[in-house]
Amino acid sequence: MVKNEPAPRPSHHVLPFEQPIEDVRRRLHELEDLATQTAHDLSEEIEFYRDRLQRLTREVYADLTPWHRVQVARHPQRPLTSDYMRHLFTDLVELHGDGYFGDDKAILTCLATLRGRRLLLIGHRKGRDTKDRLSCHFGSAHPEGYRKALRKMHLAERLGLPVVCLINTPGAYPGVGAEERGQARAIAENIFQMFRIRVPILVVVIGEGGSGGALGIAIGDRVAMLENSWYSVISPEGCASILWRSAERKEEAATALKLTAGDMHRLGLVDEVIAEPVGGAHRHPHEAMERVADRLEEWLDQFCAVPVDQLLEARYRKFRDIANLEASAQVAAQAAAELDQEASVHDPDAETAPEEHPAD
Amino acid sequence: MAWGRLRRKRDMPGGLWSKCKDCGALIYTKELAEKLHVCPKCGFHHTVSGRRRIEITADPGTFEEEFTDLQPRDRLDFVDTIPYAEKLVLAQEKTGQADACFAGTCRIADHPVVLAVLDFSFMGGSMGEVVGEKLARAIELAEEKKLPIVIFSASGGARMHEGAISLMQMAKTCAALQHYRHNGGFSISVLTNPTTGGVTASFASVCDVMIAEPKALIGFAGPRVIKNTIRQDLPEGFQRSEFLLDKGQVDLITLREQMTETLGRILAYTPHARKQPYAS
Repeated sequence: MVKNEPAPRPSHHVLPFEQPIEDVRRRLHELEDLATQTAHDLSEEIEFYRDRLQRLTREVYADLTPWHRVQVARHPQRPLTSDYMRHLFTDLVELHGDGYFGDDKAILTCLATLRGRRLLLIGHRKGRDTKDRLSCHFGSAHPEGYRKALRKMHLAERLGLPVVCLINTPGAYPGVGAEERGQARAIAENIFQMFRIRVPILVVVIGEGGSGGALGIAIGDRVAMLENSWYSVISPEGCASILWRSAERKEEAATALKLTAGDMHRLGLVDEVIAEPVGGAHRHPHEAMERVADRLEEWLDQFCAVPVDQLLEARYRKFRDIANLEASAQVAAQAAAELDQEASVHDPDAETAPEEHPAD
Repeated sequence: MAWGRLRRKRDMPGGLWSKCKDCGALIYTKELAEKLHVCPKCGFHHTVSGRRRIEITADPGTFEEEFTDLQPRDRLDFVDTIPYAEKLVLAQEKTGQADACFAGTCRIADHPVVLAVLDFSFMGGSMGEVVGEKLARAIELAEEKKLPIVIFSASGGARMHEGAISLMQMAKTCAALQHYRHNGGFSISVLTNPTTGGVTASFASVCDVMIAEPKALIGFAGPRVIKNTIRQDLPEGFQRSEFLLDKGQVDLITLREQMTETLGRILAYTPHARKQPYAS
């Protein structure tokens, strides 16, 4: 965290479990305002509350339940694909349309440059204001969105550009038109084809990883999740309404589904967790986005150097053996052996580098 | 993902008489079985178990089951109304099988193939780790033996009780199919009533030829979910095989009694049957 960065001012959406933090922050702001209006020296008190605010934020965020994390992942001020686009990427050329039927606004595809590295950016678009959100169905894509993404991936392949996918969707759109135009098939075709896209694919779940709607653009050589994002076979509400017959049981469902970044990583379903600044990405959006950029930069350099056949073989192996207990145990054992050898240096990447996944 | 909902609609009720789930006609159970569980009054194709499917599809006595050692596990300690581990035991007791998928080699209309069948009677045919793994191994077996693969689906989708492990089976099965196709494989997907969710959105939709049984419910989202989203009644025949054929989503619709013959007629066109070099 940038030191002495002013605590965000209200207008900030406060989640229920964040209320104690909010109370301290309000008190701090009152003191700060008072200090500018009067001659009193309040620096000691201000320092006290600043310290307390930091400590409390750290404490609250160290102890989030899975449902809290789902709420953070959906926080209205959490950086969206459009924010990443503006903040991290330059020389943007947005390319629209699937070439067959329409242009789905729920998935954005864009030629983009990250710190001098040219690539294809694909991301779910959720929209910030109501009009925006409606136009992209709150991030729920139609078949056209998946077909657009695949079409642009083929373009990236021809241009030799790596692909970066930012995942943030509650799920693929459940509607009549979507079914008529083959929603299931569009998602299946993407998953199927992404195993043969001959350029690196890097995936970061930045908010919600809603089931097939996420997976349809999430077959990557590296798949990471931001600390407070979720990724699951079904939304907690959907799961609760089916298994508990009440959407109100969403908190239990969120726990049962093991959908947090930490759980997903422990289960061997994603490669890496990217830590968020204390208090969540919505509190320090720039810092959070920069952290994602740092990881992307490293992977781009790493994976662009891998011969393409080796890359595809590793991508195939990774998903073929995903969550396979026997295979994961071998990977863990191998990683542990390597760690012993390197005793002093801990390289977190060594444990899950895709090319090191052993054969089943 | 909708298996919980679908499960309550029991498989064919036992007893002397059965009621057609579409037209409601009372049918002599024995007659219904003889008609391959197709209603003699309205032609509705009832869901059949995995074993029965193999029996009516494969050439008699040719099916050799593989991968019987795979056992489901409750890796998430998943508990809803009862623990998933207990649910598994109940389903195993009810069906006498380990999970919702059978796979092996057989002959269909004299063509040697690998056959994989999802079984709706086991937790709604939902795809968890065992189903995904068995399908992937079946596809790999087909690749190794240079055989076509035929996959019958009947499933509510991914199995929620295995969380994202079940989601990743979509990726796993597609990975295996892509590897297989890239090395000259040929696959046929048969969609039967009902096939929805993560099964439709993965292996079942990326096979080379897609066949549907008549009037089967096939889709991504369940009809109830769609209805709740759009708050309108759904069009007549929505998400049924005939609707999918009309929208260009499946290659053909085949009656159950003609399934084996139709599969044979398609398989005759494969390089495997024409004794031509295996394309790559």
